[in-house]
Amino acid sequence: MIRFFLKRCLSMIPVLFVVSILAFAFVHLLPGDPARMMAGQDADPATIELLRQQLGLDRPLPVQYLRYIGNLCTGDLGMSLRTQIPVFDEIALRYMPTMLLAMTGMAWSVIFGVFFGAVAAIYSGKWQDYLAMFVSVSGISVPQFWLGLLLIQLFAVYLGWFPVAGYTGKASELVLPSITLGATVAAIMARFTLSAFLDVLSEEYISTARAKGVAERLVMWKHAFRNALIPVVTMIGLQFGFLLGGSVVVETVFAWPGLGRYMIEAVAVRDYPVLQALLLLYSFHFVFINLLVDMVYALINPEIRYE
Amino acid sequence: MDQQTITPFGLFWHKFKQRKTALVAGVFLVLLIATAILAPYVAPYDPFAIDYNLSMMPPSPEHLAGTDVYGRDILSRIIHGSRISLTVGFTSVLVGAVVGVTLGLISGFFGGILDGLIMRTSDVLFAFPGILLAIAIVAILGPGLVNVVVAVSVFSMPTFARIVRGSTLSLKESLYVRAAQSVGASRRRLMFVHILPGTLSGVIVYFTMRIGTSIITAASLSFLGLGAQPPTPEWGAMLAESRDYIGVADHMTIFPGIAIFLTVLFFNLFGDGLRAALDPKIK
Repeated sequence: MIRFFLKRCLSMIPVLFVVSILAFAFVHLLPGDPARMMAGQDADPATIELLRQQLGLDRPLPVQYLRYIGNLCTGDLGMSLRTQIPVFDEIALRYMPTMLLAMTGMAWSVIFGVFFGAVAAIYSGKWQDYLAMFVSVSGISVPQFWLGLLLIQLFAVYLGWFPVAGYTGKASELVLPSITLGATVAAIMARFTLSAFLDVLSEEYISTARAKGVAERLVMWKHAFRNALIPVVTMIGLQFGFLLGGSVVVETVFAWPGLGRYMIEAVAVRDYPVLQALLLLYSFHFVFINLLVDMVYALINPEIRYE
Repeated sequence: MDQQTITPFGLFWHKFKQRKTALVAGVFLVLLIATAILAPYVAPYDPFAIDYNLSMMPPSPEHLAGTDVYGRDILSRIIHGSRISLTVGFTSVLVGAVVGVTLGLISGFFGGILDGLIMRTSDVLFAFPGILLAIAIVAILGPGLVNVVVAVSVFSMPTFARIVRGSTLSLKESLYVRAAQSVGASRRRLMFVHILPGTLSGVIVYFTMRIGTSIITAASLSFLGLGAQPPTPEWGAMLAESRDYIGVADHMTIFPGIAIFLTVLFFNLFGDGLRAALDPKIK
């Protein structure tokens, strides 16, 4: 078990290495001279030269990369071009709202997704099945930003139950954005739960339980449901990365003070150090979540470990 | 299919038509594509014609979906927008599929270092959530529809590569490919004539599903101001324009969104039907 964990951890190193190179290369992939871009259009050559030296852009690329990694390790992500505040501080300010939104979205999408999926499996072939799967395929097809706008229209503007947008720390402000963010994942979870459930229902121990006269309800909830949840658990981890990506759109719709909206603002004003840091942060989250998922899976399913 | 020989297509059709929803979705998709092609003839008004006297009129017999801030007919804009969304969705997945399938085929067929290189690259691409990768690419290339197509195709590639690599690995060991090899078929012939067709059913299913996702992603990017720019009648861009008028002119938000939703829904239902008909694991 420990060997598997170590091996899996080591296998992350090349991926993290390449991701860090990509994030580093990001500034160099930009069309034109990064120093000129950062200095702004009306900067004179002397200012640009000074900035180039400050950023170390006059050194060879490998040296620049090592410096970049060195800075990363000390939490130095550079300065925001727009505000001249360290990127680290800007990100720290917005990290919690994004995580809060993502976790809430995840929580309710698991509850609804698993519920709909289980209903579809238990009532397989009946109208409940079709209804649950229709809701699910609709959830996959609906663009999040549109769903957000519709929810604002109905529940904030007309009914006035929830605030239109923004976040000041009240729970009511969390409701609409997290529902919007979780909708797609809820739909995916429902489909996944359905297929996991149906797989389990065709197992022999289910027939055995039925044959020895266990009540159908008990077969469903005790024998089938628990085992069907195993693959679902790993799916939760994988979908969390997807949720983080979706937060970019949802945060923009709801003027949520998080990383996603910050990223769009950074793209708009070409705040490259911020973009670079955010790309790195998001992908590191993604890689670590995948690692975590693999480990949980190995814990639950011993077959994986011996491969 | 009484006495006649059962063709692969006949078998496919027999399974496919059992899924009524997929059949209906297919009919709607054909209609949608026809509308997109014939947009200038079908649309009741010029999608760019500005008339401030008609600003934000609710739906009426003259303007079935109402008008926007500039008095432009929303239905006409949606109809013209279908050209953009379908083109962007289809092209980006096509580019992603061609590159991804080729890489997957090479990866599975040759194995070794090449395989490792291609698969590790796709691992790295997977390390970025799709839309974030697209935003990063657009940030480098600049906003615009062409760059959105590039961005969306890049993140379609790795999945195509993986699907094809998987089936290539198993087909490579199959009896008929070995037989072809033993009678002296060239490597290129083995790859493209013998193995490639066997991988296609998985590719087609994913292709259809992916178009829906790509349409949503492209519309999202336009909504965020990174894709189509005004006055282009792109669905996501139209929704971005409607944001400031929620509660004032709700039809501006409702109709372009319905267009995206239904288009993606039909592609997904159609894809479901294809999967049911093509995937041997599903009865």
